[in-house]
Amino acid sequence: MSAAALPRLLAGADPRGGATLRAHLDCHGLETLAAVEPSWLVEQVERAGLRGRGGAAFPTATKLAVVGRGRRRPVVVANGSEGEPASAKDATLLAQVPHLVLDGLALAVAATGAGSAYLCVAAGAAAARDALAGALAERAAAGRDAVAVELVAVPDGYVSGEESALVQLLNGGRAVPTAVPPRPFERGVGGRPTLIQNVETLAHVALIARHGADWHGAIGTPHEPGSALVTLRGAVARPGVREIALGTSLESLVAHGGGELARSRGVLLGGYFGTWLNPDTARRVTLDAESLRPHGASLGCGVVAVLPEDACPVAETVRIVRWLAGESAGQCGPCVLGLAAIADALEQVADGRTRGRGVGRGRRADDPLARVRRWCGEVAGRGACRHPDGAVRLVASALKTFDADFEDHLRHGRCGACARPSSFPLPPPGDALEAAA
Amino acid sequence: MRGEQPRLRVDPIACTAHGLCAELLPERVRLDDWGYPLVDGEPLEPELVAHARRAAAACPTLALKLEAGARATTRSTR
Repeated sequence: MSAAALPRLLAGADPRGGATLRAHLDCHGLETLAAVEPSWLVEQVERAGLRGRGGAAFPTATKLAVVGRGRRRPVVVANGSEGEPASAKDATLLAQVPHLVLDGLALAVAATGAGSAYLCVAAGAAAARDALAGALAERAAAGRDAVAVELVAVPDGYVSGEESALVQLLNGGRAVPTAVPPRPFERGVGGRPTLIQNVETLAHVALIARHGADWHGAIGTPHEPGSALVTLRGAVARPGVREIALGTSLESLVAHGGGELARSRGVLLGGYFGTWLNPDTARRVTLDAESLRPHGASLGCGVVAVLPEDACPVAETVRIVRWLAGESAGQCGPCVLGLAAIADALEQVADGRTRGRGVGRGRRADDPLARVRRWCGEVAGRGACRHPDGAVRLVASALKTFDADFEDHLRHGRCGACARPSSFPLPPPGDALEAAA
Repeated sequence: MRGEQPRLRVDPIACTAHGLCAELLPERVRLDDWGYPLVDGEPLEPELVAHARRAAAACPTLALKLEAGARATTRSTR
């Protein structure tokens, strides 16, 4: 495959269902995974600058090295749970190129010396699960994997794919986060050091194992080499999962999907833990950390959600925040009560109800926006997982990006666009929440 | 050697907002609007360490912890 050509990850994709092992090998080569020297692979992954693609962007080579260094035999977990409802890239990857992910998982097992391997996939992702079950049967028959992979269905829910939640699930508990430390790489599944990698990250590892770091970096930016999967949705004619070179301009991605930033209200980048960009900023940025950081944004899990021109950013934000509050695992007070209070106060703002029954004190007791700003600062960092942090990041970016809209609603109440249905998916509460209640 | 003093940490799952910590260690713990403690991850002043240990021992759910050393295990909240 030519280094500059896209797609890479999705090169062997079969939209009718998972590509067969034969088709996968015809597309990508590497008949025997044992041909890859583990220490060479870790070095190449490091040189390639690969970072986790689940949203946290942690350097992959560091994780591989740390987990392999423990005294006990590690466990490797491929995370395809994709709790972010606005994202579809992991489910698409698993459904269309399951063998590329499973190659990456097997290579991570070899690189860390792991004794067991799991692939976690959302219970609701039927196509992905079917493709994986078929692919695993083919691999077992061909003797491709040294360590058998166990397929695990993760209950739906925004926080059920969080690392410590997966560990607890694999240890026989409920898929809700636990207090850290210890972190999974120290003590995870069965008390063993556990490597948890997003499935897209593993698919990149599978390609780096074939072509090396230089090939990986032939596209992308010097700081962030390679390609990435993104989920484009909202005000575009052709939504869906795309593979882009990192550093691609946001405007060209949206144009490619048949959308126009100049005719949007903005872009929500990185999913519901992400950041709002106004249309002017959105037209100037490229999709890489260096370009996005000054705007407080990151590509995160790769969601690019374009807000339609006739939508209300206040109403959309309030709906997402209310939904995120409902997705709390219900374990930590500041998350349960704080996010609900923030959602209540934002609803007061949207409705222009300035004399709500708030808890605020002082001269501006009746200003729900001031309360929300204070609570955002107080709630961050106070859960066992990062759920409250992500939710308040979205709130803070909405207040900054759509400041005038929030002030306008506070003064005059709901606008004409408030009643418009949600532009982005907000599924009913997940199993994890019900189990924890 | 401030850097070697222990730091306060709250186990957010164990904490159920009894609020004793804020009574016993008002110098370093205040409560949010829902009665849950706000602590920072800074090392404790040496003269407060004994008070902090008493507060941690008095916590009905043992959610208040004193942690030695590594900053990496502590998340500051403010």
